[in-house]
Amino acid sequence: MANKILEKRELRSDLFFFVVEAPEISKKAKAGQFVIVRPTENGERIPLSLADINPERGTISLIVQTIGVTSTKISTLNVGEEISDIAGPMGHPTPVKKYGRVVLVGGGFGAAPLYPIGRAMKEAGNTVISITGARTESLLVYEKELAEFSDKVLISTDDGSKGHKGVVTEVLKSEIEENGADLVIAVGPAIMMKFVSLTTKPYNVKTLVSLNPIMVDGTGMCGACRVSIGGKTMFGCTDGPDFDGHLVDWDLLMARQRTYLAEEKEAMEAYTCDCVPHS
Amino acid sequence: MAETKLREYTKEEIKEIRKTRTPIPEQDPVARGKNFDEVALGYTEEQALREANRCMACKKRDCVAGCPVEVPIPEFIELIRQGDFIGAARKIKEKNSLPAICGRVCPQENQCESLCTLGKKMEPVAIGRLERFVADYERMHGSGSGGEDVKPEPTGFKVAVVGSGPAGLTVASDLAKLGHEVTIFEALHKAGGVLVYGIPEFRLPKAIVQSEVEGIQKLGVKIELNSVVGKLYTVDELLERGFDAVFIGSGAGLPWFMGIPGENLNGVYSANEFLTRTNLMKAYLFPEYDTPIKRGKHVAIVGGGNVAMDAARTALRLGAEKVYLVYRRSMDELPARKEEVHHAIEEGIEFKLLTNPVEIIGEDGWVKGIKCVQMELGEPDESGRRRPIAVEGSEFVIDVDTVVMSIGTGSNPIIPESTPGLELNKRGYIVADENGATSKPGVFAGGDIVTGAATVILAAGAGRKAANAIHEYLMSKVKN
Repeated sequence: MANKILEKRELRSDLFFFVVEAPEISKKAKAGQFVIVRPTENGERIPLSLADINPERGTISLIVQTIGVTSTKISTLNVGEEISDIAGPMGHPTPVKKYGRVVLVGGGFGAAPLYPIGRAMKEAGNTVISITGARTESLLVYEKELAEFSDKVLISTDDGSKGHKGVVTEVLKSEIEENGADLVIAVGPAIMMKFVSLTTKPYNVKTLVSLNPIMVDGTGMCGACRVSIGGKTMFGCTDGPDFDGHLVDWDLLMARQRTYLAEEKEAMEAYTCDCVPHS
Repeated sequence: MAETKLREYTKEEIKEIRKTRTPIPEQDPVARGKNFDEVALGYTEEQALREANRCMACKKRDCVAGCPVEVPIPEFIELIRQGDFIGAARKIKEKNSLPAICGRVCPQENQCESLCTLGKKMEPVAIGRLERFVADYERMHGSGSGGEDVKPEPTGFKVAVVGSGPAGLTVASDLAKLGHEVTIFEALHKAGGVLVYGIPEFRLPKAIVQSEVEGIQKLGVKIELNSVVGKLYTVDELLERGFDAVFIGSGAGLPWFMGIPGENLNGVYSANEFLTRTNLMKAYLFPEYDTPIKRGKHVAIVGGGNVAMDAARTALRLGAEKVYLVYRRSMDELPARKEEVHHAIEEGIEFKLLTNPVEIIGEDGWVKGIKCVQMELGEPDESGRRRPIAVEGSEFVIDVDTVVMSIGTGSNPIIPESTPGLELNKRGYIVADENGATSKPGVFAGGDIVTGAATVILAAGAGRKAANAIHEYLMSKVKN
């Protein structure tokens, strides 16, 4: 498998979109699944959601936000270059069927993995409402892409530069109150998915969230990605990544995501100072 | 073939050397606790010759019976005595494709060496050390893995092997030597399975695993990395894609945790994660390698098997000041190899025996201590070991910042979930007969995914039996 980069787009200064040659994965992957990527020989293995799957072209799409060394390394790869290792598709696909009214809530670049999920939901005969937000209009991404299949795209910005002034959960709340929802799917930072789940809980709307714990192998072998669902310890990789948002122990997820903050900083400093050998 | 000027031992000398086995040079315990270099340095030619001369070449050959893959031990030792080290390596390889690995990690003291005739009166012949010596000698002086110069007649059959650990590598090499076209599918980005992610560098250098893997590739075996069978291709899809048989050697599965409070605190690792980060991802070289690991100052390892010893000694090498091995039974029941226990004690690992964790105590989301209870041994349980019983009111806390759970693994669901018709036992492991045949025609399995976590040589032994069964299965297809 070649993992050659066929397209690269800078969506924002910190956000990169890639189309990668991965014929076997593209044949098999379903919306909601993820891949484990190791960009270079010295690199870490990190999970990345699938932003699109194109079996005809034999490609998958990935969106990477430059946060740590690994994501920064991926962002420096260019068209024609290869990603050292991509393994997947991992995890279970999002259960796609006819629910009725499906509301997608994307936080940050979480809108990207919602793209194949929303499209599949539309194809399954659902009414699809997409909600996406950002601090300000210039930071909004994926609005056009979500509009391709959505019956309605609702926007919120913290500063009111576009759409509703405020946060996505306020938009979600009024959408549920006005039109109802049969299923809410949220993808984004843990804190955003937590608040989406808290918003839908009083209305008793089933809410699926795509969890993003720290992982190593992605096949259940290491147990790094353990999450607590309804009081039961489960593995994000083999049991997820989708879980019932009303049952997730969000504080535990967020605490575990912070495990390596100090090391990430150290790694980033070492990477940018050029004082240790890197590849 | 004799390249070495042979030292001739007189009868008197042999009588004398038989009394004690030749010690293997090792790194100093204090020095090695700070590096990841191999602990045991291996025999010199002189030392190997001396040790080989201790073998009485007895008629009983009990040693062979004690070996799960029946390595012709007296024969390979005789070749060493003649100075034909490469011949000795090839003799082993008739039965065992992974001698450099098995020579290092096999529990010889419970297998071949435990049945050595010499051992009845004196110390048994150091068969493992000799195996390691000839394998290393061949790697450094010989022409690769041996046997690859004789290309077998292709049979036209294709076999898929799931997993590149000891079981998968053995199956692949055996089938390739019989002329079958073999492709190994490995989920990780490196071949070797537990040999690369689990067993630490200081016990099994990764360059040696690499060399064994390359030897198998020279036989024509293809290895597809990053290929998670059950996700990328199901077992049925492999059969549909033109593979005539599939061998599942996917290894030990999900790590077990104890289910005690505090187990998801930051700083609690499974042994698999702790070792994978360190070995496969080279976190000990962070930040030159990007994968981090918490370098705990005070570390508790829970468990008493070989994996627990590996985790404890790894924690020490990562810079821990204090490493406790917390085990609920006594020294007599420790399942780890004696040699590894001995090495761990030498290096300063503190054994907290008859001690069982009941809670992991945290502060701000991080491990701060491990609350344990003192145990005493009662009557033997179904495992034959005396059952540990908690002593009431004996709770105490060990201050630690890192805990590694090394209490075993359960079966991994990926292949069972995606393979309809594959019979599983009640613990979720694949049911296979003694030759590896499963309930699905053409599908064989062996190693930890059938038996639960065991040893390298048992997995290799299962691979050998399955390879024979797969060969028979394929050849019977010709007749039909």
